[in-house]
Amino acid sequence: MELVLSWLKEYVEVDIPLPELAHALTMLGLEVEDIRLIGLPKPQDTKGYPFHGLEWDREKFVVAQIDEVMPHPNADRLVLCRLNDGREELTVLTGAPNLYDYKGIGPLAKPIKVAYAREGAQLYDGHQPGFVLTTLKRMKIRGVDSFSMVCSEKELGISEEHEGVILFDDDAPTGMPLVDYIGDAVISVSILPNMTRCASMIGLAREVAAVLDKPLRMPELTLPAGVGKASEQVKIEIRNPDLNPRFTAGLIREVEPRPSPYMIQLRLKLSGMRPINSVVDATNYVMLEAGEPLHAFDYDVLVQRAGGKTPTIITRTAEPGEKLTTLDDVERNLKDFTVLVADTAGSLSIAGVMGGQESEVRPETRNVLLEGASWNFINIRKSLQYLRINSEAGYRFSRGVHPALAEIGVRLCLLRMAAWSGGQIVDGLVDAYPQPYQDPLVAVSPADVTRQLGVQLTAEQIAAYLRRLQFECEVKDGQVFAKSPAHRMDIGEGVIGKADVIEEVARLYGYDNIPALIIASELPPQRPNPVEERLQFFQDTLVSLGLQEVINYRFTNPDQENRIYPPEAKPENQNYVELQNPIAVEKRILRRSLLASLLDTMERNVRLRDRLTLFEIGPVFLPDDSRQLPDQPYRLAIAMSGLRHPRAWDRKSSEKLDFYDLKGVVDALLSALHLEDVKFEPDAHPTFHPGKCARLIVSGEPAGWLGELHPQVMEQYDFSDSPVLAADLDMELLYQLSPKSFHAAQITAFPPVIEDLAMIAPEAVASAEIVNLIRKAGGFLLKNVELFDIFRGEQIGAGNKSLAYRLTYQAPNRTLTDKEVGKQRERIISQLEKELGIKVRTAA
Amino acid sequence: MSEKSPLVIELETLQQQAQTELAALKSESELQSWKTRYLGRSATVMQIFKRLPEAAPEQRAAIGQFANQVKNTLEAGFNQMMETVRQAQLQQSLKSEQLDVTLPGRVPARGRLHIQTQVLREVCHIFNEMGFQVFRTDEVESDEYNFELLNIPAHHPSRDMWDTFYTTKEGVILRTHTSPGQVRSMRAFNPDPIRVVLPGMCYRYEQMDASHEIQFNQIEVLVVGKDITFANMKGTLVEFAKRMYGKDVRTRIRPGYFPFTEPSAEMDVECFVCGSKGCPVCKGSGWLEILGCGMVHPIVLQNGGYDPEIYSGFAAGMGVERISMLRYHVDDIRRFWENDIRFLEQF
Ligand SMILES: [Zn+2]
Repeated sequence: MELVLSWLKEYVEVDIPLPELAHALTMLGLEVEDIRLIGLPKPQDTKGYPFHGLEWDREKFVVAQIDEVMPHPNADRLVLCRLNDGREELTVLTGAPNLYDYKGIGPLAKPIKVAYAREGAQLYDGHQPGFVLTTLKRMKIRGVDSFSMVCSEKELGISEEHEGVILFDDDAPTGMPLVDYIGDAVISVSILPNMTRCASMIGLAREVAAVLDKPLRMPELTLPAGVGKASEQVKIEIRNPDLNPRFTAGLIREVEPRPSPYMIQLRLKLSGMRPINSVVDATNYVMLEAGEPLHAFDYDVLVQRAGGKTPTIITRTAEPGEKLTTLDDVERNLKDFTVLVADTAGSLSIAGVMGGQESEVRPETRNVLLEGASWNFINIRKSLQYLRINSEAGYRFSRGVHPALAEIGVRLCLLRMAAWSGGQIVDGLVDAYPQPYQDPLVAVSPADVTRQLGVQLTAEQIAAYLRRLQFECEVKDGQVFAKSPAHRMDIGEGVIGKADVIEEVARLYGYDNIPALIIASELPPQRPNPVEERLQFFQDTLVSLGLQEVINYRFTNPDQENRIYPPEAKPENQNYVELQNPIAVEKRILRRSLLASLLDTMERNVRLRDRLTLFEIGPVFLPDDSRQLPDQPYRLAIAMSGLRHPRAWDRKSSEKLDFYDLKGVVDALLSALHLEDVKFEPDAHPTFHPGKCARLIVSGEPAGWLGELHPQVMEQYDFSDSPVLAADLDMELLYQLSPKSFHAAQITAFPPVIEDLAMIAPEAVASAEIVNLIRKAGGFLLKNVELFDIFRGEQIGAGNKSLAYRLTYQAPNRTLTDKEVGKQRERIISQLEKELGIKVRTAA
Repeated sequence: MSEKSPLVIELETLQQQAQTELAALKSESELQSWKTRYLGRSATVMQIFKRLPEAAPEQRAAIGQFANQVKNTLEAGFNQMMETVRQAQLQQSLKSEQLDVTLPGRVPARGRLHIQTQVLREVCHIFNEMGFQVFRTDEVESDEYNFELLNIPAHHPSRDMWDTFYTTKEGVILRTHTSPGQVRSMRAFNPDPIRVVLPGMCYRYEQMDASHEIQFNQIEVLVVGKDITFANMKGTLVEFAKRMYGKDVRTRIRPGYFPFTEPSAEMDVECFVCGSKGCPVCKGSGWLEILGCGMVHPIVLQNGGYDPEIYSGFAAGMGVERISMLRYHVDDIRRFWENDIRFLEQF
C-alpha cells in the first residue's frame, strides 16, 4: 500500500518528521519498506528508513503560467511560450505536444499553469532512458536561447511520463515553489493480512491518529439534495445474504467523463494507479481513500437490458456453464460458487473481483449506477484463486471489508463524481442490507491484560487505548466492555475477541514498552529424549570416524530413485509419496531410500576429491495405506570411494577404499552401540557386487546392507574407476537393540598370555565360523581373538587359505600357567579339526 | 732423594705420550682403541704392577702408587674426552636431523557435521540450556495439523502466507512450517506445562532462486503454562538473541501477524554485518529480521487441550539457513542441499 503523505494529512494532523512517522507506522505493524520523496528534501537522520527521490530546489522549481504559445521561427515541432514565473516574463522553448493546440492562437484567455524549472535546476533528463540527472544550462536551440524548462512528470521524478508537460489545475498559484504546491512523500507500507482495514488513506490515518493521539477528520459524507428518487430507478435482489451481506447503490445523472483534476491524477499515480477518466478515477480514488472497492455501471445499458423498464440488480452464484467477458476482454468460465452481480438479462460482473465488459463506463456514458457492496471474503478468495485474477478490489474483498464501508464508499464516490464530472446525484441510496453485521462486544479485564502481556494497566487505561482506535468502551465492575468499531472485521467473540483486543492494547501501549522478563513459572518435567539422542549419537559417531555429513533434497523421481539398481533389476510400481503440484517433474516424489541421493552426491563430487567418505541421516517416506500419513522412519546411508588414506606429500600409496574399509566403519558403529549379537551374512542385493555384499543381522533381525556397488550399477553413474562402497542401515532398529547400559571390563594387573594360531582352512569356511568356534572352545579365559594374517598360494593348495589368529588369554585374579593355556589350546585345535576339518599348522 | 726409577721414567713418558694422543682424538672408536692401548689389560700401565720386582724394594710402593696415579689420570682424561666427543657427535646429529617444519602435516581424515546440523544444534543448545527440550515431528503432515488446528481454516486468506506442496493423498501435505509440532506436543504433554524446541525440515512451493528454497530448516519454540506473558516471550527471546548474536546485541520487537499467535510480533537484531550502520544485507535499515513470534492463540491452546482462560503460552520460529547465510556471508540459499564438498568442508 502506497501512503501519500499529503493525502493522509487530509484526515489527521501529522506533526512529527517523516522518519519518526515511518517508525511509528512500523511499530504499529505497518512496516515501512520504502519512502519516495517527491521534491521534498531528504531528512538528515533517516532512522534507517530508505528514503530516495529528487529534491526540488525552492528557488529553481516554481509554478508558472503560460500566457501565450507562439510558433518557433525555425522548427515545426517546437513552440515558444510567453511565460510568467511570478518574478518576470520570459520566453521559454518547449517541444511538448500537449501545447500544440494553443500554438498561434494569440494571448490565452485562461493561462496554462505549468511546472517551471529555472536555469541551474537539477532534474532528470527526459530524453534518456531511465532516470539520469542533468543540470539546466543556457544553450541555443535552432537559433533561439534556451536556459530553462517547462517540465514533464519524468523530468521531476513523478512518473515515467514524458509525452507532454504537466498541466496543472487552473487554481495553481503562479510563483509558488513547486515543492510547496505538489511536494510529497510516498511511503510504501506492507499491510499484514489481519490489517487490511488499513489498506486505505483513512485506514492508515486512523492508526496514525491513534498512535499520535490526535482526532481523525472524516471527509464530508452528506449528499446534497438530489433530483428524482433512486429507489424508483433501480431495485436490488440479494439471493444469498451469507455471500452478499450488503449491496448499496447510488445513481448519478448527466455526468461527463473527462480527465480528472491534475491533483487527483497525481494522487492516483503516486498510489500506483493509472488515471482513466473522471468517473472511473472517482471509484478508484474512493477505494484508495476509504477502502471500499466500488463499481460503476453504465445505467443506460442496464435500462436497455431491462427492456426500458426499471432495472433490477440481482446478486447470485453462477449457473452451470455460465460465462462472462470481463472488462479486460477475457471470457471467463465461472464456477458454481462464484458470485455474480447480474440483472434480469444475465450477468454483469464478477462480484468483488472484476467488472463485465458490456456494462462498463465509456467516454459516452452519461448516467452511472454506482455499486458499493460487502462480500463473503472466503468466497471471494476462492473465486480469485480459481480465476487467477489479482485486482485491487479482489485483494480487499478477499480479506474482508466491513459492510458499513459500502455506504460510506458510495456517498464519497457520488460526491467525487459530481465534483469532477459534473452531473446530478439522484436522491437517496438504494440499500439492501438483509443481515446487518453485529460488531462484537468484548469483555476484557486488567487481569486478562496482565496475564497475557505482563504489564499492569487499569481498566480506564485499557479503555483509553481502545477508544483511540474507535472502540466504543464502557468500564463496568473493573472490566472493559469494548465494542468493535464499524470498519473492521478482525475482532472475534469470546476468548478470541479477548486476544484480539489485547493485541490492540499491546500495539498502542507499544511492544517496545513491554518489559523483557525471564519466565518465572515452573520448569516443565524434563523427559528422556531417545529420538534426539539417537540422531546425535549416529551423527557424532560417524563424524568421529572421519565421515562428512550431507543433507539432500527429499524430492526426487522414480528414475533417480532406481538408479541404484541394475537395468534388469529395477523395481516396478514402487509406492511413493507423490506431489500433486511438484515444482518440476524430476522433483515429483519423495525419496524411499537415502542411498540414491547419497550416491548422486558422490557422483557430483567425485572429480573434486580423490577420497570421499559421506553419510546422510534422515527420514524416508513410505506410504502406508492403512494410515493417513506415510511411515517416515529415519535411515542411515554411508558411501565411500577413492583413496584409502588421505593424500599426503610423502605418501605415495594409491590403495583404494574397499569393502573392508566400509565394514570397519560399520564395525566401529556397532561397537559404539555395544551390540553383541551381530552377523554379516553373505547375501545378494541387486545394488551390490554379489561377492562383495553383506546383510547385517543384529539379534536375528535384518538391520541393513553393505557392499561394493555392482559393476552394472557403477555404469549408470559417472564415477571414477575406484570402487564405490555403500551401506544402508536401519538406524532406528540398531539403536533400539543397543543395550541401555553395559559393564565395563575390569582392567587387571596380571599379564595376559598371547598365542598365535596359524591354520589352513578351505576357502568355503568363513572367518566368522572359525572365530566363533575358537571363542566357544577357548572358554572364559580366552578374552580376544583377532585375525592378523590371511594368505593364499601354491604351497597351501588351491581352494585353501592360510589364516593366522592372535589369541589373548587372561584371568582377572592371577597369572595364567602354561598348563592352563595349553589345555584350552588343545581343545581349540581338536575342535577346529573335528568340526571344520581345519588343520592347525603352528601354535606358539 | 735417590735417582728416579726407570719404571717411573717409563711411566712419565707413557703418560705424556698418551695424553698427547688423546687430545687429538675425534671419534668414539678412536677413543676406544686408545683406551685399549693405554688402559687395556696388556697396556704398559697395567703391566707395571707385574714388573715391580724389577725395582728396588724400597721404591716399589712409591712406583705402584705412581702407576695408580697415572692410570687414574689417563682414565679421567679418557672420560672427559669421551664426553666431549659424544657432545660433539650429538650436536652433529641434531644438526643433520633438522626438519623443514614448514612442510604440511599429514592430516587424518576429518569428519564434519553438515553446516546446517551444526547451526541447528547451536540454536537448540541455547534453548536446551533454558529448559527447552527438542521435540521432532513428521515432515509429511496432515492439513489438519499444519493448518486447521493452527487457526488457519480452508480457504482462509491467511493461507496465502504459505505456498504449500500437496501430496496426491487428500489432506496430506508437506509441512510448511514446524508449527504442527505445537498442537502435537500439546496433545502429547497436556496438562503438563511445556517448553519445547521444534526443529526440522519444512517445505514451500516456490520458484527457487538465490534466496528462495523449496526445502528449508526451521526452529520453533513453544512455551505453555500458567502465567506465561508477552514479557516472558520478550525476555526469553532477548536472552536467546544475546547468546546467539553476542551479549551486547540490541533487539527490537514489532507487531507482526501469524494466525496461530496473538499478539504476534517480529523480532529484529541490529545488523551485525554492518554494525547497524546500514548495508545491502539489512537494506540500509540497520536491522535484521530474525524471528517471528507471538502469544499462542486461544484456539490453538484449546486444540492442544489447554483452557485459554487458565493457560497461556508463546511460540517463536526462525529460519536456520538464514542464520548461516548472514553469519558466513553465503549468498545463495541453494548451496545448502547441493552438498558440494568444497562448500561443506569449510565448516
Ligand atoms: Zn547492515
